[in-house]
Amino acid sequence: MIGNFPYIIAILLVILGIYALLFKRNLIKIVIGIDLVETGVNLFLVTLGYRNSGIAPIYTYAPKAKPMVLPTPQALTLTSIVIGLATTALLLSFAIFIYRHYKTLDVNKIKELRG
Amino acid sequence: MNALIFNAPVLLIAIPLLGAFAVPLIGRISVPLRRIFTGLIALLTTACAGLVAAHVFTSAAPITYVLGGMATLPLGMHFPIRIILEVDGMSAFMVILTALVLITAIFYSFPYWRRRSGGNMYEALFLLLGAGIFGMELTGDLFNFFVFLEITSIAACGLIGFRAWQGKSQEAAFKTMTLYTVSGLFVLLAIGLLYGEYDGLNIAYLAAHIGGSMVDKIALGLLLTALAMKAGAVPMHMWAPDAYGEAPAPIAAVLVANSQASLYGLFRVLFTLYGLTISVTALGWILITLALLTIFVGVTMALIQSDIKRLIAYGAVSQIGYMLLGVGVGLATSAGHQPFGLVAMQGGIFHMINDAACVGLLFLSAGAVIRAAGTRNLNRMGGLGHDLPWTAVFFMIGSFALAGIPPFNGFASKLMIYESTFRYSPILAVIAILGSILLLAVFVKVFQSAFLGPRLGAPAARPSGWMFAAMGTLAVVVIAFGLFPGFFVHTIVTPAAKALWMGRDAYIGAVMGG
Amino acid sequence: MNAINTGFGIWSPVVWTLLFLGVLGIGFWIWGAGRKDYKKNSDQTKPFLAGNEEPDPARLHVSGDHLYWGMTAGLRAYYDRIREWHTGVLSDYFAWFIGVLAVVFIVIGLLR
Repeated sequence: MIGNFPYIIAILLVILGIYALLFKRNLIKIVIGIDLVETGVNLFLVTLGYRNSGIAPIYTYAPKAKPMVLPTPQALTLTSIVIGLATTALLLSFAIFIYRHYKTLDVNKIKELRG
Repeated sequence: MNALIFNAPVLLIAIPLLGAFAVPLIGRISVPLRRIFTGLIALLTTACAGLVAAHVFTSAAPITYVLGGMATLPLGMHFPIRIILEVDGMSAFMVILTALVLITAIFYSFPYWRRRSGGNMYEALFLLLGAGIFGMELTGDLFNFFVFLEITSIAACGLIGFRAWQGKSQEAAFKTMTLYTVSGLFVLLAIGLLYGEYDGLNIAYLAAHIGGSMVDKIALGLLLTALAMKAGAVPMHMWAPDAYGEAPAPIAAVLVANSQASLYGLFRVLFTLYGLTISVTALGWILITLALLTIFVGVTMALIQSDIKRLIAYGAVSQIGYMLLGVGVGLATSAGHQPFGLVAMQGGIFHMINDAACVGLLFLSAGAVIRAAGTRNLNRMGGLGHDLPWTAVFFMIGSFALAGIPPFNGFASKLMIYESTFRYSPILAVIAILGSILLLAVFVKVFQSAFLGPRLGAPAARPSGWMFAAMGTLAVVVIAFGLFPGFFVHTIVTPAAKALWMGRDAYIGAVMGG
Repeated sequence: MNAINTGFGIWSPVVWTLLFLGVLGIGFWIWGAGRKDYKKNSDQTKPFLAGNEEPDPARLHVSGDHLYWGMTAGLRAYYDRIREWHTGVLSDYFAWFIGVLAVVFIVIGLLR
């Protein structure tokens, strides 16, 4: 049961992020919601590669006959974090420009494009 | 020459990627030099696309390209662990489509940005978007698919919000970016689930082992919804008119190709990754339901728009429905292999390239109309046909083709969709035909209010040579595909349809062997 | 080779185009066989408008939204609802997305 704990936290983070996306009105909080979803997914990926009492996957100084954690999910997570940084930066810069033009960050008032 | 053909798949991604990062540097030296460089990169990319397509369509099996070393695997490995590109008929078809849209849009952009600054960044993001789309279509690795998906998201939203001096474009870019990011994260979650279950990221490896467990079903639900959203299926289409409408005209044409790349990903997941492991009839009906909603809502919403680009955008949304309809019927019949299922697949896939050409032509001529009229509001336009006769002709060709009027290309693909879906369930064909009729009405409205009527003052700007060349190329493609559909269906569409419909074993065999 | 077989029949655009041009030619022949004894540069060649003065042509242009007024007014019940759905609020876009995801999960979960 305790082994499943990280998965529960990951799914909880994703659900919290989706909650923020659906019910928060401030654009910055929506960006935070996206970051929460992303953190949840990253945590899920890292947890996938964890092996009980495993060591870091570096061959050079590795002691024999000890399990290593999987390196692939770590590479995936690293890539995903970098991509997440780029998307967050882009989203926040759009939020700044929206504030300059609309003088508000309330998502319910930013609806010039409708119908 | 052989080495070039062998390396063409990876060059197709590498050349625009290199170009994207070199363009701002060269732009610092001189602007005309940068234009020549960008044009050269675009031409090289198109040549590579041609090489890849010719190679795939002449070889029997899908071709694979292994990155980072020899094609053989290290000793003791039971499955391929390297990053691979895998190109089958469907990928090659999508590569042709993307190359066509990219090259016309980049040459159209040259005069479009003459008087504005920021051309450096524009061309860099444009090439980056191209590299991302090609990557999505060529990769044989699910995680790479996610990476390229995110590259297209970032580049596309950068271009949608490129006109930072307009509030609306920022709004559209923010909305699109949030939806793209969340859909990308859902795709990543699904990839994580599949990796956790099967310890692999290779599409062929996963397809060989997938069993249809509960985890597989959750992953399929996430992938299906996220990719259908990125393709713009109703009721998740609401970002699409915002994005297409606010992006610069050539970018709107490329965004359509981007949506179709997501559609390609959806088809790849459904046909190749899952195949027959989960009831294809039910999955086919999910696609068909989305398709009917997309056709009907897209077309009826287009009818009441007064912004010319938003109107075309809703028209483009409705056309996604025809592809989903044809391929949905093909998916539903892929277990029994009824012959009309293949016709439906061919129609749906043929409509992808037809739609890319027609919608591209419509967006490009709408860009010329907006520059001439100085407004996007249809209620304040009129009489542009007097001053822009060729643009009017191009717009007419595009709208007739999109509405499925013979002898243009939209008719050929829509006819295949109507007749095959009629065999599956007559009501599908009825709604599809109704959608086409309404679409014709929509474009009659645009043509009447923009081009016909008395002259309302002199045009602010006339389309220049490059814009004419780009629109003319697409118009020639539309007419050629319309007059010789048999040839194109035989050479490029049928291999693509067969690669999806019955090529799963060949796709797996090309990587796993045997 | 150039025709496509749809399972029901055959579509051959070249034959269609030739037929279309033929029909167009017949149309022109009938049009050309009409009366030619009207007086040029007289009122006979103008469109016939009885009663009022002919208004300025710029005011006669029927623009965008007015063209299908009858149709959109007839489908008012549908259009009012569908416009209500397209609110333009980002949270609603997400609600649709998550809603479709839930429906797809339910449908796929019920299979076998």
